[in-house]
Formats: sequence, C-alpha cells, structure tokens
Amino acid sequence: MNDHMLSVQNLEVTFVSGLDQVHAVRGVSFDVKPGESYGIVGESGSGKSTVLRAICGLAPTSGGTLRLNGAGIASPRRPEFYRQVQMVFQDPYASLHPRHTIDSVLSEPLAIQGFDRRDERIAQALEDVGLGVGFRFRYPHQLSGGQRQRVAVARALILEPQVILLDEPTSALDASIQAEVLNLLERLRAERGLTYVMVSHDLAVISHMCERLLVMEHGLAVEELTREDLRARRSKTDYTAKLLRASAGYTKEDIPA
Amino acid sequence: MSTTRAWLLSDAPLSRRQAKLGQAYRTWLGFRSNGLAMFGLLIVVVLVLLALFAPWLAPHDPLTGDLNTTRLLPPLTEGYWLGTDDQGRDILSRLIYGSRITLAVVALVAILATPLGLLIGTSAGYFGGWVDTVLMRFTDIVLAFPKLILALAFVAALGPGIENAIIAIAITAWPPYARLARAETLTIRNSDFIAATKLQGASSARIIWKHVVPLCMSSIIVRVTLDMAGIILTAAGLGFLGLGAQPPQPEWGAMIAGGRNFLIDYWWVATMPGIAIFVVSLGFNLLGDGLRDVLDPKGQK
Amino acid sequence: MSLLDVQNLRVTFPTRNGPVDVVRGVSFNLGRERLGIVGESGSGKSQTGRAILGLTPPPGSARADRLSFDGTDLRPLTPKQWRKLRGKRMSMVMQDPKFSLNPVMAVGKQLMEVLRTHGAGRAAAKQAALEMLEAVQIRDPERVFRAYPHELSGGMGQRVMIAMMLVSEPDLLIADEPTSALDVTIQIEVLRILDRLVSERGMGLIFISHDLRLVSSFCDRVLVMYAGRVVEELKASELDQAKHPYTQGLINCLPAIDEDRHPLPVLDRDGAWAE
Repeated sequence: MNDHMLSVQNLEVTFVSGLDQVHAVRGVSFDVKPGESYGIVGESGSGKSTVLRAICGLAPTSGGTLRLNGAGIASPRRPEFYRQVQMVFQDPYASLHPRHTIDSVLSEPLAIQGFDRRDERIAQALEDVGLGVGFRFRYPHQLSGGQRQRVAVARALILEPQVILLDEPTSALDASIQAEVLNLLERLRAERGLTYVMVSHDLAVISHMCERLLVMEHGLAVEELTREDLRARRSKTDYTAKLLRASAGYTKEDIPA
Repeated sequence: MSTTRAWLLSDAPLSRRQAKLGQAYRTWLGFRSNGLAMFGLLIVVVLVLLALFAPWLAPHDPLTGDLNTTRLLPPLTEGYWLGTDDQGRDILSRLIYGSRITLAVVALVAILATPLGLLIGTSAGYFGGWVDTVLMRFTDIVLAFPKLILALAFVAALGPGIENAIIAIAITAWPPYARLARAETLTIRNSDFIAATKLQGASSARIIWKHVVPLCMSSIIVRVTLDMAGIILTAAGLGFLGLGAQPPQPEWGAMIAGGRNFLIDYWWVATMPGIAIFVVSLGFNLLGDGLRDVLDPKGQK
Repeated sequence: MSLLDVQNLRVTFPTRNGPVDVVRGVSFNLGRERLGIVGESGSGKSQTGRAILGLTPPPGSARADRLSFDGTDLRPLTPKQWRKLRGKRMSMVMQDPKFSLNPVMAVGKQLMEVLRTHGAGRAAAKQAALEMLEAVQIRDPERVFRAYPHELSGGMGQRVMIAMMLVSEPDLLIADEPTSALDVTIQIEVLRILDRLVSERGMGLIFISHDLRLVSSFCDRVLVMYAGRVVEELKASELDQAKHPYTQGLINCLPAIDEDRHPLPVLDRDGAWAE
C-alpha cells in the first residue's frame, strides 16, 4: 500500500440541500504514485472537480476511503494535512482575496502553520514562480490573469506540500499564458518531486502534463488510460472515443447523431 | 507633489505601507470627483470642527442666559445672529455645543451597533445551519418592532437621559447591519479564495475576521453613514419627547421641543435647530451616497 | 458584392490617462462565408464585433472610414434605425446565454415576441418559433417552448439563443465566443447548426473566438488580431503556413495529444507587433 502517495477507493460524494440529493461522485477509485502526475478528464457535471474538493475536505464524502502515504485521512482535515496537500483553483480572478496584497496572501499560510523565516520564504516563492519580489506588495487587481495564477501556485507551494491538486489551472487563461503556466508547473514538479492530480476538460493539456488519466462521466469513472493509450487512441469506451474526436476540432464530414 | 502622487499610484509598491496608502489614495481620487459627496463631507467635517472647538467658537454661554435683557431676541440681532430663546440663551452657541451631543450620539451608536451587527451577520452567514436560524430569527424579532417605539420603551425602562437614549438607539439599529452582513457573507463564503484559506488550515474565526469582514465592511460603512441621518432624527425625536437629553443640555431635538410652544410669535427658536438637523442629515446622506459609489462596486453604473 | 465592408475601424475608450484605442484600424470584407476573428483577451476582437453592430458600450466610441452593410452606410444610423436593422438583418450571439435571455419569461414567448415585433401573427409566430427550435436540433421543441431559461442546460440555452437570433433570418450573424462555455461534445453540435445556416441560407457569419484550433477547423478565413490590429489574414486551411510570428507562436504554444514537447514553446512578445 505504501507505494501509493494518494489512494482513493470507492469515493462517493452526495450533496444534500433540503430534500434534494445530488450524487455527484459515485464510487470512483484510483491510485497515484509518488512523483506521478495523474489526470482526470471529463465534461461539466462529470464530478471531476468534486473529486479534488473531496480529497482536500471541501466537499462532503459519503463513502469510500482516502489514504495519503498509506495512512487514512482524518475528517475533518487536521491543519497538518494541508502541509502535505495543497490545491490550485481554476479561476485566478476568484481565488485571490480582492483586498489582500500578494504579501498577505503568501504570509497567511506561513503564519497559520507557524513557519519561520517568512520574508525569505515569500521572496523565494515569488522567485520560484517567476514573478520576483517586485510583485510582493501588489493587489490582485494590479496583476494579469497569468500573474494571478502564478501567485496561486506560489501560495500552494509555500507550505512545501508533496501533493498538489490542480483544478483546471489554465482553463481561464489565454493560450500563450497557458503554455507558460504549464511549463512552470512541469518545472516545479521536476525540481521538487511533486505529485500532481490534475483535472481538466482539455485532453491535450492532460496528455501533455500527465502520465496516466481517468475519464469521468456523470460521477462515474469511465476508464483509466496511460498517455500512450491516449496517443494510440486505444480507448475501450465509446465516450472516450467521442471526447477524442471532439477535441480534434470541428470536422464537416462528421454525420450528426 | 507629483512625485508623491506617482509614489501613491505606483503599480509596483515596495512596502506594505505604500500599498495601503496607494489603495486609500485611489479611493480618495474616486470620491473627490463626486461634487455632492464632497459637499456632504464638508458638512460633516464642519460639524466635527464645531464640536471640537465649541468653547472657542461659541460667543455666549449655552446654558445660562439673561432673562431681563436677552430674552427671545430675533435673528440678526447684534451679537446674537440666530436670536435667543425664552431663557435668554444664544441659539447659535447652543447649536454649536449641541453639535457635540449630536456627534457623540452618532459616533457611539456606530461604535456599538456596527460591530454587533457585523458579528451576528457574518457568523450567521458563514456557519449557516442552526446558528444561522437562531441568530437571524432573533434579528427578525428585534427588526419586527418599530424603531422609535422600541427605543421609547427602552428609555422609559432605563430612565430618560442621553446615555440611555444612545443605548436604546444602538439596540434598535444593529439588525439591518446584521442582515446586510449576512447577505454579503453568503456570497463570499463559497468563493474560491475562502476555500483556499481553509486549505491553509485557517480557523473559522480567522476566516471571518480576516477574509469575510473586510469585504462586508465597505457596504456596512455605506449603510451606517446613510443611517446616520435617521439616527440623528431618532435622537432628536427622543429629545423632543423629553426622553433623550435633559434640560438644560443644548440637544437639537430638545431645543425644537422647547420652541414649539411659541412657534407662531417666535419662529426662530424652533426653526434654527430644525435647520441644523436638516443640514447635518443631508450631509451624512450625501457622504453615504458618495461612499457607496467608491466603496461598493455593485452600486456602480 | 460583399455583405459587410469595414475600413479602418477604430474603437476608443477614455481612461484616466487619456483615450485608449482598443481597436486600431481594422479593415475587412465579408461575403456569405464564415470569417473567424481570433485573438487573446484584450486583442480587441469582441469590440470589433460590437462596433459593427453599433453596440460599443459607453463611454467608448467607434469610428470608421467605411462601414457598410449590404450597401447601407451604418455610420449615420439613428438608434431607431439601428434597432430595426439589428433584430431583423444582423444579429449577435454572446458567450453566456444566461445574460441574454429574459429569466422570467418562457423561451417560446420570447421567441414569439421577436417574431411578432417583425409583424407575424400569433399562430404564425408560434409555428415559426417551434420550427426554429427544431432547426437548432432541439429534440423536444414543445417542452423547450414552455421552459424558462434557468431550466435549460448550457448547450440547450445556447441553442435557444441561436434560435432567437435566427428567427428573423438575418443576413449577418456575429457570434462572440458562442461555444466557449460549452463542453467540447456540445460545442461541435452547436457549430454544426451554425455551419448549416451558412451553407443553406447563405448567411454571413463572423465567428469570434480565442480558440485558434477550433476557428481554423470551422471557418473559411481567419483574421488574427493582436493589440487592436489585424496582424495576419489567412485561409483557414493554410494556417500552418502562417507568416506572422504571433500567429506562429499561438499555434505552437498549444499542447497537442500527439506531441511531446517539454517545455512548450512560449510566445515572446515583440513590441513591434503592436506598432
């Protein structure tokens, strides 16, 4: 069991509001090895983001087990958990507090977790994500989308976690900025031996970033593929084949269903 | 001067202080371009200055007058520009001293009611569930009473006097702030930046205090400023009914009450404090509208 | 003859530091074809589309040396003339249908309203509305006709939007990121509807998008915009022969399923491109 960094077994997530029940994730299982980058692909409503939120305790799990480094994850999460697992959110315009400077965004996790040498760590984190200390006292509205996402990455890194959950980290960015952020994420993984779990709707991004991936639809795991399977179009299910076709762009010859 | 401006408007501040001051300067630039709001600010600043320097500005003693020589002098009399009342006291001096009471009421109500409303509203909104139910139903109960009547009941129970009037007004003033803070909190609490803060292991108290409250603050400030006029009127109303400031204190509402017995023959005795209340209420309203434009992005066109 | 003729279009917005041109001299001709406008955020592509429809949001203003639609000069039009032209002969589809549909009115009623302002009778309008919903591949038009916007999924809402824009059979449709909020599989279906409308009705389509790959596979011709200017115009089929370094950079920086390029080439922005 210990050769898995993160292990998800039969994960179930149910949202209850009043009498309504939404079964967002229905028995999803996967294992992520240390240093691996694992992708989850699906369309909206597939539950792919909910899986990430459930891992870090933002969504209620109604069944299944989660293990980190072989040990069960306590619920509610302990503060120490967040030193090991951090997350980068989809929309860099929504994930930074509009009234906090980059300095307070980065110093707050250090203060909460009781880290020392804070000035040094903040400067280092800003350098690591390619921003430099000149950005330290700016407000989010003084940054572009790509710069904000770099700040979000710096915030996730500053607690020196082993696992980073990436929830569509580039879908709100322009194509050229997406390339920069993807390169940054790859470089950081290589430098620090990080483990990634990355969610995206874009098969090309996932195949670029991840060695293995899981296809999800309507809260269910459809199939697990390796990057090589994806490139060879070795999909066992119609749904994955459909996704692959759609991601190639518009084709006129296609006969409508 | 232009270097200070450039330093303040810099897109790359070099220290925490520069970032904070720059932000404040930008808000001020937005506020400054609104003429009516600046007029409101001017009125409020004048009120504060009057209150601070009352002993130097007032030409006469506000509490005692000469019943033989200066009784009920009309406005524009030499030395008594706004006239005198039935006790022979200079109305201008009484208005100047009365600004201290008005300002004290406004400031104390703001200090008492705002934190209470914020605490109840943000807690209810952030925690939700039964905390929300209990706190908001309690708020609804307080809100269900007519404001002035509830204040009257409190003052009647506690005894008349300006201190009790302030407490009574504060007790009736917080529920709208709680509701507003709760509504704001509901929109904030599911945002990604709150989730990101949870992922750093932050406690609920920390999230509410450092992340939710600063975002509720601007709309609360706007609301409180706009309510100031109402608070002044309530305080004046209590004074008028004899339940607020007690004679011979120069409270504006009580002054109107004192003048109403001879309103026809000596109109200025009641009219002058009336104008003062009107001007100050207007000032706070204009200021509040201006603040809403710069602080509350939702109100922006 | 071209349907739309735009010469030296400029859109200006006043800011604290003086006026800023967000569109700086865009010129193009549109026939009854699919024209793609591609660019990143801030390139001025959306403002170009809005300016053509006279929808530049205040305090901005648009100027052009020539702006004519089917022989009519659009520049001197009064708001009233604009309204007549916009609903009937030229339409726009926005990114998010939620903001463009009235939330408290059933979809069918909104469709009928458009038709009736253009002079259709009640029964005829209902018939035409149902036919239009069918035309945009809605399987159960009767149900959607009675539904309110919030009861529709994203793809369904976008189709209703397109139906709404098309009931009056416009000659020109400007689609501003019409599929960006949709899942890829639904995206393809919506594009298919637009495709059919161009080829069957001879409509002119301006397709504005950030997605170079999608635009190149869907449109006939592509304008690439950067910093308010058109830096390159090319046939969609000849995208791989792009000459401008910006276009090349945009193509290269996209990850692809079949490629293994680590790190991805990034765009080195040259100040001269914006000149």
